Amino acid sequence: MLKLIAARLQQGYRTIGYPAAAPTLPERYRGRPLLAAAADSAALARAMAKCPTGALRATPDARPALDLGACLFCDACARECPDIVRFSSEFRQAAAKREELIVTPDRADIPVALHREASRLFGRSLKLRQVSAGGCNACEADVNVLNTVVFDLGRFGIQFVASPRHADGLLITGPVPENMREAVLKSYAATPAPKIVIAVGACAISGGPYKDHPEVHNGAGGLLPVDLFVPGCPPHPLTILDGLLRFLGRL
Amino acid sequence: MTAFAKLPNGGAMSLAQIPRLSVDHFRAAVLAEVQGGGARLSAFFACPDGADALLLVAVLAQDDRGVLAVTTCAVQDEYPALTPDCPQAQGSEREIAELWGIRPLGHPWLKPLRFQPPRRGSAGAGRPSSERPAIGRAPFFAMAGEEIHEVAVGPVHAGIIEPGHFRFQCHGETVYHLETSFGYQHRGVERALVGGPNARTIHYLETLAGDTTIGHATTYCRICEALSRSRVPARDQALRGVAQELERLANHIGDLGAMAGDVGFLPTMSYCGRIRGDVLNLTAILCGNRFGRGLVRPGGCDIAAANVDELRRRLDQVRRDTEPAVQLLFESPTARARFDNTGALTAETCRELGMVGVAVRACGVARDVRHDFPYGIFQFAQLPVCTWMSGDVFGRAYVRWLEIQQSLTFVREQLTALPEGEVCRAAAAGTLAPDHLAVALVEGWRGEICHVAITDAAGRFACYKVVDPSFHNWMGLAMALRNQQISDFPLCNKSFNLSYCGHDL
Repeated sequence: MLKLIAARLQQGYRTIGYPAAAPTLPERYRGRPLLAAAADSAALARAMAKCPTGALRATPDARPALDLGACLFCDACARECPDIVRFSSEFRQAAAKREELIVTPDRADIPVALHREASRLFGRSLKLRQVSAGGCNACEADVNVLNTVVFDLGRFGIQFVASPRHADGLLITGPVPENMREAVLKSYAATPAPKIVIAVGACAISGGPYKDHPEVHNGAGGLLPVDLFVPGCPPHPLTILDGLLRFLGRL
Repeated sequence: MTAFAKLPNGGAMSLAQIPRLSVDHFRAAVLAEVQGGGARLSAFFACPDGADALLLVAVLAQDDRGVLAVTTCAVQDEYPALTPDCPQAQGSEREIAELWGIRPLGHPWLKPLRFQPPRRGSAGAGRPSSERPAIGRAPFFAMAGEEIHEVAVGPVHAGIIEPGHFRFQCHGETVYHLETSFGYQHRGVERALVGGPNARTIHYLETLAGDTTIGHATTYCRICEALSRSRVPARDQALRGVAQELERLANHIGDLGAMAGDVGFLPTMSYCGRIRGDVLNLTAILCGNRFGRGLVRPGGCDIAAANVDELRRRLDQVRRDTEPAVQLLFESPTARARFDNTGALTAETCRELGMVGVAVRACGVARDVRHDFPYGIFQFAQLPVCTWMSGDVFGRAYVRWLEIQQSLTFVREQLTALPEGEVCRAAAAGTLAPDHLAVALVEGWRGEICHVAITDAAGRFACYKVVDPSFHNWMGLAMALRNQQISDFPLCNKSFNLSYCGHDL
């Protein structure tokens, strides 16, 4: 017992100051990309060719547009053409609408994640059932880490529960393989209404690297209505936490 | 002509030099090596051979000699299965049947492995593709008798984990047999790798099993380097080693926490869960991503000089935090009572099933790719192989703790003496030798990762085989559950902590 107490004292208090204080991110963290307005079309084409998922596109007026929902944050485009794409340290990237995830040179603000109805219904208590559907265990791990003392998700009234019947919604990771279609639909059907769906990670939003594979459904949106999109491969735990809090109107 | 072509770990060879045996000769040669020669099947798969023929490829690991023996044989529609005489072939032969419509005659349990679309002809167990069974719809091995009951778990589990199905045959609390049924995570990785390398290739490998990003990416890069005969600078070899051992540290520490949680021992669960995140943050200092995405690339490591002093300082903090957290667990009589003699395997079973990684080392089998087939930095910095004799949940926990200590020391040493050098951004991909076969092994945190690539006449992948350690070890979990209480399943499962997507591909 004395050893337990000694160990507890040694471990100390480890919960981060966020959201009251700004979080610290690693120097090399690649967050929300910033795009340059005036783009040389040949350079843009070179950068687009490097993109593994087709997230970087050219608009009809030959300006760059980057779909955060498909972006793997791999840096290949920025390395090819640093004049066009630059990854900032902005971790707030979740959006309530799919189109809000399209970054253009004009749209520098963080996307809107607030969902008024969800805020009214679940703002003070949100129970989620996590369903991994083809997730590689990276998104799952960084969702799971929210339950550790570092992020202490419980202090915001958000909790992961063991059954969809106890949940207010599903948090889905992975590109949703055909082999998981039935299980995802059954989990959704078992969740009592009103209910929400949160797609976490490039795979769950667009299929990610598995986009357009015949074995997958290009993410949760292929089967269910999605209320919150959290981009990343995987999203940083802070991106997920910030997304949940802004979604619920808690920030 | 000898029956096998011999390759080192990370070696490549022209297809013309690889023996093509008759089916009978192939079967006899592989069985002789496995039964008498102490070899094990690292990879066994089929690949297209011309228009409509198929080639069976076997890669045998000869651990005592550090040699990989490769042999092939052409098959048509059926061949005598290896499984009855060589149980470790069971999963591979189910895959061969499901994907390519070949019947391994005499296979004792020929049901679909991943419920994936066939790549040729008819699907698993000889069914035509139109009658391909829906996921999970296949007979399970069943017991009959008074008071026998069956428990079905999954695909969706209660925690934040990947999907898979478990079927238990029980009498009261006692499990007599566990059968796993997977495929829910199948995303078509191997199919999509054919024709590569291309812009997506490295991302398939980095997301193949996300908790093993460094392991699978390193194995793939070593395949590319073997096929393009490129050399990796010393600095990059050291950084790959650091990244790989950080991955092992994060997962082993997290696993000890999760095992503590499964027996309700909350202090260690809470501390180790947090420390795991601290280790992931070390990887993020190196490359910006907590899982090491973007770090390993063909030719080297794609990162500039990192803040080594900061890394060392935080690594020392991890060591100071981990030791007391883990000791609490091992010194707690109530936790030890749940770990000891639970889910025990014998060394004999491990060898028969061709198992790898922590689970076999916990049975006293000194099997570790870093030692048996040293590669990269491990050719210069030898890590002792950590073993324990008990084979139970405690053994698997304790081997993890031994390896945590070794990896902490290794990473610190490497960071203290990191070789100088430029950032290597050489892309070896795109200049692969045509008509070659390459094999690479890496000791991932779960165990041996084996990749085999075969290139076509244009130097593109004609076939890319991925064998995650989970592929060998799921059957080990099933065996460990025999005669255990069903309530110990979560603990046993966590003590293996195998990958679902690594198995399902």
